[in-house]
Amino acid sequence: MSVVAQAPESYLETFARFEEGAVGSDLGWLRSIRRSAMARFSELGFPTTHDEDWRFTNVAPIAETPFGLARVGGGVELTSRELDRLRLPGFASIRLVFVNGRYEPGLSQLGPLPAGVKVGSLAHELATDPGSLEEHLARYADYRNDAFSALNTAFIEDGALVRIPARTVLEEPIYLLHVSAPGTGPAVTHPRNLIVAGDETQATVVEDYVSLDGEVHFSNVVTEVVVGENSVLGHYRIERESEQAFHVSTLRVEQGRASAVASHSLLLGGALVRNNVHPVLAGEGSDCLINGLFMGAGQQHLDNYMKVEHAGPHCTSRQFYNGILDSRSRGVFHGRIVVHKDAQKTDAKQTNRNLLLSEGAQIDTKPQLEIHADDVKCTHGATIGQVDEDAIFYLRSRGISEASARDLLLEAFAGEILGLMKEEPVRRHLEGLVKQWLRRETVLEGAR
Amino acid sequence: MLSIRNLQVKVGGREILKGVDLEVAAGEVCAIMGPNGSGKSTLAQVLAGQETYEVTAGEVLYEGRNLLELNPEQRAREGVFLAFQYPVEIPGVGTAYFLRAALNAIRKHRGLDELDAMDFLPLIREKLKLLEVDEALLSRAINEGFSGGEKKRSEILQLAVLEPRLAILDETDSGLDIDALKIVAGGVNALRDPERAIIVVTHYQRLLSYIVPDKVHVLVAGRIVASGGRELALELEEKGYGWVETEPAVPAPA
Repeated sequence: MSVVAQAPESYLETFARFEEGAVGSDLGWLRSIRRSAMARFSELGFPTTHDEDWRFTNVAPIAETPFGLARVGGGVELTSRELDRLRLPGFASIRLVFVNGRYEPGLSQLGPLPAGVKVGSLAHELATDPGSLEEHLARYADYRNDAFSALNTAFIEDGALVRIPARTVLEEPIYLLHVSAPGTGPAVTHPRNLIVAGDETQATVVEDYVSLDGEVHFSNVVTEVVVGENSVLGHYRIERESEQAFHVSTLRVEQGRASAVASHSLLLGGALVRNNVHPVLAGEGSDCLINGLFMGAGQQHLDNYMKVEHAGPHCTSRQFYNGILDSRSRGVFHGRIVVHKDAQKTDAKQTNRNLLLSEGAQIDTKPQLEIHADDVKCTHGATIGQVDEDAIFYLRSRGISEASARDLLLEAFAGEILGLMKEEPVRRHLEGLVKQWLRRETVLEGAR
Repeated sequence: MLSIRNLQVKVGGREILKGVDLEVAAGEVCAIMGPNGSGKSTLAQVLAGQETYEVTAGEVLYEGRNLLELNPEQRAREGVFLAFQYPVEIPGVGTAYFLRAALNAIRKHRGLDELDAMDFLPLIREKLKLLEVDEALLSRAINEGFSGGEKKRSEILQLAVLEPRLAILDETDSGLDIDALKIVAGGVNALRDPERAIIVVTHYQRLLSYIVPDKVHVLVAGRIVASGGRELALELEEKGYGWVETEPAVPAPA
C-alpha cells in the first residue's frame, strides 16, 4: 500500500490561478481563509493508511490522479429531459441544481418560500451580500486537521446557501442536486454548502450526488449546518455517482440548545467514497440521530466516518449504520464518540450492522469512545453476518422463491435504517432506490 | 399420496435416517412418534426440502412425483407444508405481507388470481378467529418476539391460510398449555379433508387425544419400527419407547 501521498504541487498552481479570478477574491476575510486552508493542505498532504482515521481507506488513487478543476458547467448543457432522468422525482418546489459545482439557475426552482427564507447559490451570495456569510462560512468544518476539508475550503466558491429565519417552518424539503459532468481529463469539484437554521425552525435538506457517464471525477464536498435553539432539522445525503467517481463529503453540524438533528445517508454509488458525519452537540439537551445505509457491489469502497461530539450536558445521540456488501466491495464504519468534560448526562449509543453477501466482500468496523466526563451512558455494538439461511428456508417453505426471499430479508435489513427516516416522501424515494439496487443484484445473480 | 421408500439421510456426515419406509394416503391423519434423536424432525425437514440434509438413498413420491427433485418453494406450491418445530424469527418482514406473498405464490402456481390486500383481509380474519389469534399479530414481524405458544399458533394460522394437500406438523404440541393445545388441535381438525393428508410428528401422546390419528408409526434410530392404529400411541405412553426398541415382534411395514 502506498505510504507517500503528498499534496501535489499541481494543487498549489491550480489554487494560485483559482484565487485570482474566484468570486469573493476581493474579500479580505475570505481570502485569508482560502489561503490558510491551502497552506494547511500543503502541510497535511493527503492522508495515508498510517493515519488512524484513514486506516481502512487508501486514498492514493485520489492523490495520484492529476485532477484539474472541473470546467464551469463542464461545457455540458444539461437538458431538462436529462435532468428529469437524473433527479429524484417529486421535490418540485424547492430544487437547486449544480453542474460541476456551479449553480444552474435555469434548471432550479426556488419557491414559493416562506418570508425571509433564503435558498440559493453561495457564489451569488458572495458576490452580492458577503457580509452575511462571514459569521458562519468555514467556521465549523475542521480544515486545520482534515486535508479534504482544507482542500475544499481553499476552493470555496459555490454550493448551496440556505438561511432560515427564526420561527419558520419549511414544509417542503429543500432538494440539492449535484451533477458531475465529466469533460476531458480527470476533474475535481469542491461543492460547499452552508445551511443556517435560526432558532425554533424546522426544515429538511436533501443532498443528492449523481454523475453523467465519462471520465474519472472527484467530488470533494463540505456542508456546514448551524442549527439554532429548539430547532428541528433533517439532512439527507444520497451518493449515487458513477463507478468513475471519487467522493469525499463532510457534514459538520453545530447544534444549539434543545435542537434535534437527524442525519441520514444512503451510499449506493461511487468507486471510492468517504462519508464524514460530524455533529457537535454544543447546546444543552440537544439530540441527534446519525442514520445511514451503505450498499456496495463490484469493487466499491464505502467508508463511513462518524465523529459525534458531545460538548454540552444532557445530550442524546443515536447512531445506526447498516451495510450490505456484495461481490468484492469493501465497507468501513468508524464510529467515534467524543464526550467532553462538561457533557455530563450524555446518552450516546452506536450500532453498526453488516451483511456480507459474498466471500470477497469485506467490512472493517471500529467503535472508538473518548470520554472525559464521569456521568455518561455510552454503548456501542457491531455485527457482521451473512443472510440468515434458516430464514431463507422458512420463506421458501411457504412458496416464496429464493430470490424473493433474499430480497425480502435484505429489504428488511435496509428497512431498519429507512424506517428511521421520518420525512415520508423522501423515505419513499430512497426505498425505491434501495429496491432498484436489490433488483439489479438479483438480475446479476441470475446471470451468474 | 406420499410414499417414502428406503429413505436414508445424512446430516453433517452422520447417518440419521437409515431406511425409512412410509405410506400416507389422502384423507389420512398419521402420527409419527419416537424418542429424542430418532430422526423425526430430520424426516419432516427433508420432506420440506431442507438442503443441508443429504439424501443418500431411497425415494419419496408425492402424488406420483419425485418430491426430492423439487426445491422447497416448488414443494410448497405443490401443496406441501411444514409447521416448524422451531419457527424462525424474521425481523422486519411483516406477518400479513408474508402470508399474502406466500398465498399468492401458491395461487399463482395453481393458475388462480392473486389476492390484493382488500381481498386478503376477510380471509385472514376468518382464520384468525378460528385459531383465536389476535389480529395484532398480522402487523408484527414474522415470529419476532412471539412466545412459544404464539409461534406455534402462527404456524397453524399459516397452515389454515395456505391450505396444503400434505401438512407435516413437527412437534407443534411441545410447549403448549392445554388451552392452546386444544385451539391448535381444533384448527388442525378443521382442516381434515378426504383430499388432504396430515402427518403429526410428536414426542408425546397427549396431542393425539385431540388430533386423533388414523395410523401411528414409531420411528426409532432412523427406522420405522412399529406401525398400528391409535391404540399404539396409548401403549407407547404406558410402556415407554424402550418397549418398541426391544420388541422385534411388532411387525414393521414392508
